[in-house]
This record gives sequence, C-alpha cells and structure tokens, in this order.
Amino acid sequence: MTPKQKKNLIKIIAAAALTAALILIQKFFDINGYILFALYFAVYIFIGGDVVLKAFKGIKNGQPFDENLLMTIATVGAFCLALFSGSGEYTEAVAVMLFYKTGEWFEHFAVGKSRKSITDLMDICPDYANVEGEDGQLTKVDPEEVEPGSIIAVKPGERIPIDGVIISGATVIDTSALTGESVPRDAKVGDEVMSGCINLNGLIKIKTSREFGESTASKILELIEDASSRKSKSEKFITKFSRIYTPAVVAAAIALAVIPPVVSIISGGSAEWSKWIYRALTFLVISCPCALVISIPLSFFAGIGSAGKQGILIKGSNYLEILSKSKTVVFDKTGTLTKGSFDVSAVHPEGIDEKTLLHLAAHAERYSDHPISDSVKRAYPSENDECIIDESENFAGLGVTAKVNGKTVAVGNSKLMEKVGADYHECSLTGTVLHVAIDGKYAGHIVISDTVKENSAEAISKIKKLPAKTVMLTGDTEQVASAVAKELGIDEYKSGLLPQDKVAEMEKLADEKNGSRGVIAFAGDGINDAPVLARADIGIAMGALGSDAAVEAADIVLMDDDPLKIPIAVGISKKCLKTVKENIYFAIGVKLLCLVLGALGIAGMWSAVFADVGVMVIAVLNAVRCMFYRR
Amino acid sequence: MKKSYKIDVDCANCAAKMEEAANKADGVNEATVNFMTQKIKVDFKDSADPQAVMADILKRCKKIESDCEIYF
Repeated sequence: MTPKQKKNLIKIIAAAALTAALILIQKFFDINGYILFALYFAVYIFIGGDVVLKAFKGIKNGQPFDENLLMTIATVGAFCLALFSGSGEYTEAVAVMLFYKTGEWFEHFAVGKSRKSITDLMDICPDYANVEGEDGQLTKVDPEEVEPGSIIAVKPGERIPIDGVIISGATVIDTSALTGESVPRDAKVGDEVMSGCINLNGLIKIKTSREFGESTASKILELIEDASSRKSKSEKFITKFSRIYTPAVVAAAIALAVIPPVVSIISGGSAEWSKWIYRALTFLVISCPCALVISIPLSFFAGIGSAGKQGILIKGSNYLEILSKSKTVVFDKTGTLTKGSFDVSAVHPEGIDEKTLLHLAAHAERYSDHPISDSVKRAYPSENDECIIDESENFAGLGVTAKVNGKTVAVGNSKLMEKVGADYHECSLTGTVLHVAIDGKYAGHIVISDTVKENSAEAISKIKKLPAKTVMLTGDTEQVASAVAKELGIDEYKSGLLPQDKVAEMEKLADEKNGSRGVIAFAGDGINDAPVLARADIGIAMGALGSDAAVEAADIVLMDDDPLKIPIAVGISKKCLKTVKENIYFAIGVKLLCLVLGALGIAGMWSAVFADVGVMVIAVLNAVRCMFYRR
Repeated sequence: MKKSYKIDVDCANCAAKMEEAANKADGVNEATVNFMTQKIKVDFKDSADPQAVMADILKRCKKIESDCEIYF
C-alpha cells in the first residue's frame, strides 16, 4: 500500500464512522433541519471535497465529462432534493460519495497490485553491476554507466546485468527468464552469456560486449513495455465506446428528468419532479465506464506478461488479438520443425557391427572439415583414440579415404564406391547416404539427415486441436518434405521452394477461396524468412535471441526454438481475448440493466453505486486471471 | 532523441488524456504514456531541450490530474 493509499483508506474509514454516527444522531435526537444539513455536508466535503474540486478543474480546463463531474452532479443533486423536499434524507448523498471513494480506492489498490505482480514477472534487469577496478576490488555501479569492454563480476545467485563473454570461472546459468527453459545451462570461459540469466553456482567474470541499454534483458523489457502501447481493436473499441457512452448517458439522464414530468403535466397529472430528477441522478452514477477502461488494457498487459514469462515475446496487444484468431499455421521446415543441423539418423552395417562402422568412418573423416564429416564425428565422440590414421586423402564431391590401422577405409557417395570398386547398394531411407568400404569391400552405409525436434509432433497435434490447419513450406526435396510431413502429421506441405517462392506461396494461401483460411500465422527461424514473416498476418520468429533482424520482422518472438511455444502462445492469446470479451459483455450488460432498473425506479442510487464499483472490481479480478496460464 | 521517464498516474483514462496533452507540447515528436508500466516515453525534436519540454508536459498533465508527477 502506498502512503497515498493508506491516507485515503483512513479517510474513508473515518468518514464511514462519522456517517454512521450521524445516522444514529438523526434517529434518536430531533435536530433542526439546517444543522443536520450542515453536519452531513461537512462529512460530504471531508470525503468528497477533492472530487468536487476536480470536477471544477475539469470544467476550467475544458475537459468536463469525467466521472468527477458526474458524481458531483449526482450527489449535489441528491442533497438539493433532500433539502427542498424537506425529507432530511441526506444520508444517500454522503453514502454515494463514500461508496464512490471506496470503489476508487479499491480500483487503485487492485490495479496497483496486479500491475506490480505483472511487472515483477518481467523484472529481468538487475539494477547494479559489480565492476572490477584495477586493484581487483569490486564496486557496485549503475549498469548504465558500464562501458562495453569492461570487466564485471557476477556472484552466485545474481542476475547477469550486461551481455558479454566469460573470461574466468565456470558455472551453471538459469536462462528461464529469457527462454522459459527450466533446465540450467553450463557456461565456461569463452562462452557468450546474455543479460537476464541467473548465475547459479560459481563466481564468473564477464567482459561486456554491449552497453546496458543494448543488452538482451533491456531490449526484451523495452519490447514488452512498448507492447501495451500498440492498441488492440478491443482497446480502441473501448476508447470509442467510452467517448460515446458517457455523453449518451448524461443526455438520457436529462431526458429522464425532463420528459416524463412534462408529459405528465400536459396530460393533466402532477409533475413529480423530484421523483424523476432522482432517477436521472441515478443514471449519472452508472455513467462511468471505468470497469471497461481499466480492465481491458489490464487483461492484455497480463497476457503479454504471462507469455513473456514463458519466453514468448508479443510485440503488441493487437498481435495478441490477431494470434487468437489463427486458423492456419504455416511452418518453415529447417530450423523450425527440424533441428537444422545434420545428424546421423541411421547406421546400416554389413558384415561388421554398427559401432565399428561408425568408428572407422569417423577416423577416415578426421582430417576433413566438411559439414557431413562433422556430423559423423559428432556421432562418434571419442574419435581421438590410439588408432593410427595416415594417408588421408580428400576427393572433392566424392568423399574421403584414409588408412586406419593399416586398412584402407573409403567413406563417401556412390561415385566413390564405384571408384574403389565396392559393390554398394542404395538405402531406403531419405537423407544423405554415406557409403563405407574397407579395403575395397562394401561395409555398409551411414544415413545423415536433419532430425525432427523432440517437441515438433506434440506441437503440431496441439495446434490441430486449437483447431487450426498446419502447412509446411520448405526448400528441401519432395522426398524429405513428405517424410517429415508424414512423421509429424502435417496437413499440407509444399517442397522445393526458394525463399522468394515462400512469399508467393504465402500470398496464394492468403488469397485462397477469398481468405477462407482465416488468419494465417507463419513460424520460421527468422534469419532467412524475414520477408515471409512480414507477409503473414502474424509472424512468429523462433530462436531469435540476439538476432535483431528477426525481432524486427516478427510480431511474436520465441526466445528459444521450441515449437511447442506456438500452441502455448495461441492458448494464452485465446484465454486473454476470452477474458476481454467476458468483461465487455459483463460490464456493459450490468450497466444497461441498472440503467433500465434505475429508469423504472426499481434501483436507487445505492444499488447504482454498488453496481458500478462491483462490476469494476470483478472485471479487474477477471483481467488478472490472464496472468496465469497452465500448459 | 527518445527518452523514458517514470510517471505517477492514477487512472487509465487520465493516462490516455495525458498522452494527448503531452503530444500537444512544443518540441515533442511523439509521446506515449504507458499506464501499466507507469512510464512516459517522449521522442523529442532535435532542437528541443528535454528539461524544458518535460516541464511543459508536466504542467499540462497536472491540469488533468493535479497530483500527477513525472520524474525527470
């Protein structure tokens, strides 16, 4: 609770006690009407004086239509009615003001609290850096003052303030704040580390490579903060609505105060002015659109915060809204659904065992730096053993041969096999096939292919359940594309596309049957997919941490390259939009109901205030639910 | 030049009005008031003196909500 809130709360309690005391006094003692009026009016000014003051200031500054003026008119009106009708019912005016202030207090409290818990979610920037001086002493400084190239120390448990490279120490770092990934990562000398990560166990020294403002954590925070200024359609609707709503209700109130009495007079009845003015004043109390104005942006903010916590950066409320309507999700293949790195996916030995085949092949590839030989060496990590390798020879476009422990090993494509005279045969699997021959005799083959990410299949099945269609675009061959599509259960695919073809394909999808595909989201790795990201209704860049171009082109950025984040992002957006809709219907519905009941004289000013404050509180609490999303 | 300042603003509606008011101040290319993060981001014109512009913006904001405060 801020000091301002505390002061206001005390004021509200004191005013409530005074009002209760006055009610009792009025009940048991016979007090002169004017003295009673003075007493009630004193309490009224005590609790609502600032509202009246603000109302006058609003008029002076040319901004008359705000809730302060409406409350002032309603309560002062109620006072006048009580005074002139001689009923002495001053309680109502004071109580209405009291409820209004209580509601306002609660609004500030609830909004402040939820705002704080959401900003805490995103609080990934530490406010100091330990800079190492020349004498080795550490001093805490404002990270903004640290120049690139400085040496900073990060103790266990601290957050890394600025991007850089580790120059001493080894540790385990928790990247969950950036990526949502809960498994900690090892980091040692020479590794690049990003700000926002937590150093878990060892003291490390980092040579900073960027300024604080350019560091990952600052950039992410800036993106999230800016996100809520890109207004969604719902927010724009509410702004427009509240602009029309308040004057409309005020006009209706005036009509209600004047038309029925006039009609009554014309038709020969009594005017009953006070009855209709009272009902009109009730209208004014309900005329504040606060519940909508506050809860809609709060829902979006909570949704963006909750996505941020999962490593999903949404660059604006508007994108959250579009994402929730996705009907087709288009994927790039390499790097998005597959790992994008080539790994050994099968070993088919002939006459020898699997391990020996891989062992010999890895040795033969020892002196080659071709990407394919890297894959083979990765598959057999203890390649550097005591075996003797010499006469290594490289045949461009064919493969390599080498003498391993005296045996001639040839590893390469079919042409190499023909060259060494080995009797090879093709493999039934898709991918790059490496044939191996030992001393001219065929020994089997190794299949190297891009492997599908662990979570891809689950991600696709979750997207299909949303429901949304899945499409894959790839530059790879038909054979590979159909294998991947079949394995993952993707609805449609297009293969053999160049980057510019992908844009054309994307446009075709958008035009198809006059946009019957609905909103199209595109997920790619962001590096060579920038044009497609920009063309899609909503572009999702994956694993874009540190790539400025991708962050620029995309609407949604996934901090790591886990495709499972896509259905999560859509899920969060759907939940958020559902909440927004609930709040819009609920708030407008209750208000309209109260307006009708008020006009009929069924609901008085008291119930009007309750409706107003109650709707606001419920809407705010409902909005905060967007912060929580269960996978 | 873009700069971001902390702002104390109590209601979302006031924040929207303050944004409108700040955009009318001289020397401002664009200003956005973010109620959620309690920040005002101002893109100053090249010739403008940020301190003077901010003083002007604060004056305009105080007209909307008298207890508003901007830390610059």
